[in-house]
Amino acid sequence: MLNYLVRRTLYGILILIGVNLATFFLFFTVNTPDDMARLNIGGKRVTQELIEKWKSERGYDKPLYWNAPKAGSEKLTETIFWERSVSLFTLQFGRADSESAGDIGDEVTRRMWISIQLALPIFILQIIASVSFALLLVMFRHTRLDLVGVVLCVVMLSISALFYIIVGQYLFARVLKLVPISGYSGGLDVVRFLVLPVALSALARLGTEARLYRAMFLEEIGKDYVRTARAKGLSETVVMFRHVLRNAMIPIITSAGGYLPYVFMGSLVFESFFGIPGLGAYVIEAIGKQDFAIVRTMVFVGSLLYIASYILIDIAYTWVDPRVRLA
Amino acid sequence: MPKFVLLWTDAAIWLLVVALAVYVWQVLRKPALAASWRKVFADGPALASAVILVLCLSITLLDSLHYRAALPQAAGSQAGAVAYDTRTRSVLDALLRPLVESRETTYSRPLAYQGFTKESLEVDGRILRVAPRLLHGGAHLTQPDTEWAGDVARRSAAGLALGLLAAALVAALTVMAVARAHRVAWREAALRVWHHETPIPWRVALITVLGVCLVGGVVAALAGRYHVFGTDVTGNDVLYQTLKSIRTAFVIGSLATLATLPLAVVLGIMAGYFKGWVDEAIQYVYTVLSSVPNILLIAACVLMVQVFLDKHPELFETGLERADLKLFLLCAVLGLTGWAGLCRLLRAETLKLRELEYVQAAKAFGVGHGRIMRRHVFPNVAHLMLIVTVLEFSALILYEAVLSYVGVGVDPSMNSFGGMINFARNEMSRDPVVWWPFAAAFTFMVTVVLAANLFADGVRDAFDPRSRAFRPRLSTRKPA
Repeated sequence: MLNYLVRRTLYGILILIGVNLATFFLFFTVNTPDDMARLNIGGKRVTQELIEKWKSERGYDKPLYWNAPKAGSEKLTETIFWERSVSLFTLQFGRADSESAGDIGDEVTRRMWISIQLALPIFILQIIASVSFALLLVMFRHTRLDLVGVVLCVVMLSISALFYIIVGQYLFARVLKLVPISGYSGGLDVVRFLVLPVALSALARLGTEARLYRAMFLEEIGKDYVRTARAKGLSETVVMFRHVLRNAMIPIITSAGGYLPYVFMGSLVFESFFGIPGLGAYVIEAIGKQDFAIVRTMVFVGSLLYIASYILIDIAYTWVDPRVRLA
Repeated sequence: MPKFVLLWTDAAIWLLVVALAVYVWQVLRKPALAASWRKVFADGPALASAVILVLCLSITLLDSLHYRAALPQAAGSQAGAVAYDTRTRSVLDALLRPLVESRETTYSRPLAYQGFTKESLEVDGRILRVAPRLLHGGAHLTQPDTEWAGDVARRSAAGLALGLLAAALVAALTVMAVARAHRVAWREAALRVWHHETPIPWRVALITVLGVCLVGGVVAALAGRYHVFGTDVTGNDVLYQTLKSIRTAFVIGSLATLATLPLAVVLGIMAGYFKGWVDEAIQYVYTVLSSVPNILLIAACVLMVQVFLDKHPELFETGLERADLKLFLLCAVLGLTGWAGLCRLLRAETLKLRELEYVQAAKAFGVGHGRIMRRHVFPNVAHLMLIVTVLEFSALILYEAVLSYVGVGVDPSMNSFGGMINFARNEMSRDPVVWWPFAAAFTFMVTVVLAANLFADGVRDAFDPRSRAFRPRLSTRKPA
């Protein structure tokens, strides 16, 4: 197990190096720091001096990959690529590109907790809601309820999440005035702000996931051990919950786990629609301001979380299914 | 003589149509493929969706023929020198000219004859706050308060009748075709269609056509004199915008999916076929790619595209061309970032296939690697490609809305469902609420996506027999 985790972590670091290389290439070679400076300073009177000043303030005034005039290993280390990569891997994200924004690292740690407050309930509610709905359909398979349920799923998954949000906000916040339309506050009051986005997010993905899980359950039901369990005289409920549900957990964890990175990243759309100042809203703001430093950092943080969550999923397998041995 | 403009996405769309035609020809030649496709169309929901999709596709194609109209000769200009309009129009724009030109000043409700917001007007010497008459919507009514309901009802009825007529025509043609194909009298053919006894459920298709014709007839009959879906903040007709949005959705759905194919297919088959270090390298690349949250990667790429476009203004002449190039590049970005899933799937399938006897036999005969992959592996994974392509289509249409909201989608000047929803967000918080642009975008988008999903399910069930087991079906047997 430990051996496996070490190997996975090392491969994860290798992947991160790849991500870093790719994003660096994308952000610095496709558009040179000069272009970014010009874009960021904006306006008509962009002089070369202003650009140089902007670059040196942010440490972009070095060669990209290779510093030829320097001696020895400094050829490699005195470059933007080296400095940026090292700072990313040591989680020192530096300052944002735009004038007003502060240190990225501080923002990320502050906003991360807000994102988790929103995303963790979403994650849990979503799994519970989708699994129960799928189980319900499977219990009533070959009946009208199943048919109607599947049709409902298909219709629901054809509706954009944005529609759920807009209609939900209109209905529950404006017409019924049950919750505030958007915003965020600390303390216990936060529940009032989070309940609607959590519910809507679970609803928005219900169609997709319930249909998927239903197929997974049906696949399990066709297997021999289920017939054996029934032959033993177990009731359908026991068969479903103790046998089918447990065995279907593996594919369910795989698919739900794919959503795990967003638990930390925060759902971009939900955060910005509901004015919750989490990581997702941070990204959207950065895109709006064309702040490449933030976007670059968030790409890195995102993939870091992705890799971490996949290792977590692997551990979860062993917990759900004792047959799985990580070696 | 207008000057034809071939936009990037136009070229891609028309190439796609050619490719589709070639594929259809292939299907007709190969009995196994034809049988699978017959299974797709034997599925009622899939057939009905196909009707809707064909309709949307024709709107897309009409909207993909662009031109710049020649301006009338100016007095002082040289003879022979033709100046062209700076605006690029499509054939669809020309067909919908009344809608484009009937521009109001601001919001108006669907089918309204009065403006949505009240203005101060001078009536009989006094200043009153009244809702002004619209410039175009219901402008032909002299006594709107009394005539309006009757006029709308009359036009709707005419539209219904027209739709009925069109549907009847289509039905007659279908029955004739069925009669010819089955070599029966047309009466017999009509009865078979009616009783649902044809191998392809034409009745379902005809009911869909009837629905489309009735709705289309009413909308068309009213659209000449009213704004059927109202107007937006700048007074533009919402119906026109939704129709234009269909093209954007289709372009994104089809081009972006197709853009994933080359990388996914080539790399996926190579990884599975060669194994070893090739496999390792390819796996590494797609793991790197998929470990970045998709939306972030796309956002990063699109930001770069934006800077690139700002740096190269010489690539486009008009605003539309710029927006179009951006759309084209967005599809490319979606393609380049989205191939990991299919690649993984194809790799796994190829790993299985390469051990099969026919591949081993080909190897023993000394057939080259390239040829084996092309002739023996590729045709046997093609169905996976097809299934993933059709499934992705609707997912990408939904994705476009989210991307546009985030600010990395299509150009704001281009009509798209995402853009409409984006506006709707503020409109829904106005008081009184402006609901019609939202409702129009919702109706059209759900129709398109639902049709695409149902069609994709039909394709999947026909080409992947395993998935058919999960179809909900009624049985007389009670569950144990």
